[in-house]
Amino acid sequence: MKIDFPHQQFAHCESGVTTNLLNYHGFPCSEALVFGIGAGLFFGYVPFIKLNFLPLTTFRTAPGSIFAKATKRLGIEVKREKFRDPLAAEKKLDELLAAGRPVGAQTGVFWLPFFPPAYRFHFNGHNLVVIGKEGDDYLISDPIFEEPVRCPAADLRKARFAKGALAPKGKIYYVEKMAEQFDVPGAVTAGIKEVCRGMLKTPVPMAGVRGIRLLARQLEKWPAKLGDKQTLLYLGHVIRMQEEIGTGGGGFRFIYAAFLQEAAEILKNDELLDLSNHCTEIGDLWRDFALLASRVCKGRATITDSFADLADLLRQCATEEQLLFTRLNATICR
Amino acid sequence: MKKEDVPQYSDLSAGCKVINYATDADGQYTLAQSAGWEVKDIALRQAWDAIDEQLREVLKEINAGRKSPLAYHMIKNQMDAALLAKYSGISRWQVKRHLKPRVFNKLSESTLAPYLELFDLTIDQLRVVPEQPEILLAEQERQDQVR
Repeated sequence: MKIDFPHQQFAHCESGVTTNLLNYHGFPCSEALVFGIGAGLFFGYVPFIKLNFLPLTTFRTAPGSIFAKATKRLGIEVKREKFRDPLAAEKKLDELLAAGRPVGAQTGVFWLPFFPPAYRFHFNGHNLVVIGKEGDDYLISDPIFEEPVRCPAADLRKARFAKGALAPKGKIYYVEKMAEQFDVPGAVTAGIKEVCRGMLKTPVPMAGVRGIRLLARQLEKWPAKLGDKQTLLYLGHVIRMQEEIGTGGGGFRFIYAAFLQEAAEILKNDELLDLSNHCTEIGDLWRDFALLASRVCKGRATITDSFADLADLLRQCATEEQLLFTRLNATICR
Repeated sequence: MKKEDVPQYSDLSAGCKVINYATDADGQYTLAQSAGWEVKDIALRQAWDAIDEQLREVLKEINAGRKSPLAYHMIKNQMDAALLAKYSGISRWQVKRHLKPRVFNKLSESTLAPYLELFDLTIDQLRVVPEQPEILLAEQERQDQVR
């Protein structure tokens, strides 16, 4: 059986999954709007948490929060479940599909055979929608891909019960009941306020604008502390977190700029158009950083010549983001 | 980023296009497909090179009789003893013992069963290692060549 599901390709897995699910349930929206309402934009550099033995660097909030916050702010009732037993998890999924309900699921990437091998790493914060089952294959709408894909049940089981950091524990989520009406301006405002808070007013130095400055300071020390080889691995890891499939480019800064453009119309606030342009410029700065970093990784530029420039680019990003979110907060709270 | 600047460099993407957000001539944001960006590929290839190098080192150790073949399969699947323990349900100190050739060679098929199921290998496949590392990326590049 297969649910008639409007699959669309998007930049990011979780906001794409949420968008496709909301479109299916009769709330037409863009991915950027969902990303903005769900307050997906963030920065965090947490050197003492390691992912694949490299320090955690993130440009977004914790997995699951975009779906949770976007639906909550739009007044949509959802259900989330985790499982201990893989067979119970599969049975529940089959029951929901049989009842004609598309189901969102958190999975690891490593075990999904439809991913190109080059992208298969132990990253457990991936999201997709299961939209049917034929024989022993699940039919899947994965917003990273152009078309819906098939996945053998055994592989999906492994992916749903991937282990390690962010282990999904078979997590599924779905829309229980849509709202009668949607307060979109209210949801947009709440989403923007949260992002401003996360970027400007964090109690810890690892998050927000302070996190970017921390990364700049630490990055300058990498060559002396880690040696050349490890330094390049650390740098490559930051590029991947920023640009790897799923960010829409520039560590989500471009998708957020697209959201601000939409928000300008929804809130009838033209200042947001200016801020959207500013956000695009910041995304371009992040791209410059990635470009220079990749040249260093490839050996086209040397560590001694380039690390001060890389740290400077990061500090520029931090300064510009501080300016952007301060102005954004002011215009929203006015 | 402007729409005409969306990179279309394809090396490791295996024909999969991703979505980038970019502005059109009027400054409006649109969704643009990107075939890939060299910057991403450099970082991605670097990560695979690191795995390849780890595998070469572990193969040397296995051939020298210091590590068991399990160590090769563990690293090939990008795991360390802690992650392998979580996946196999075998305790971490036991996994570490199984990485020693002296212990590994005496293990029965039933003890090794969780590893076999996890890595989708037969017992004979688990007990041997190739001469050269085999990484997933190389498999993709072979497929690309056929295409």
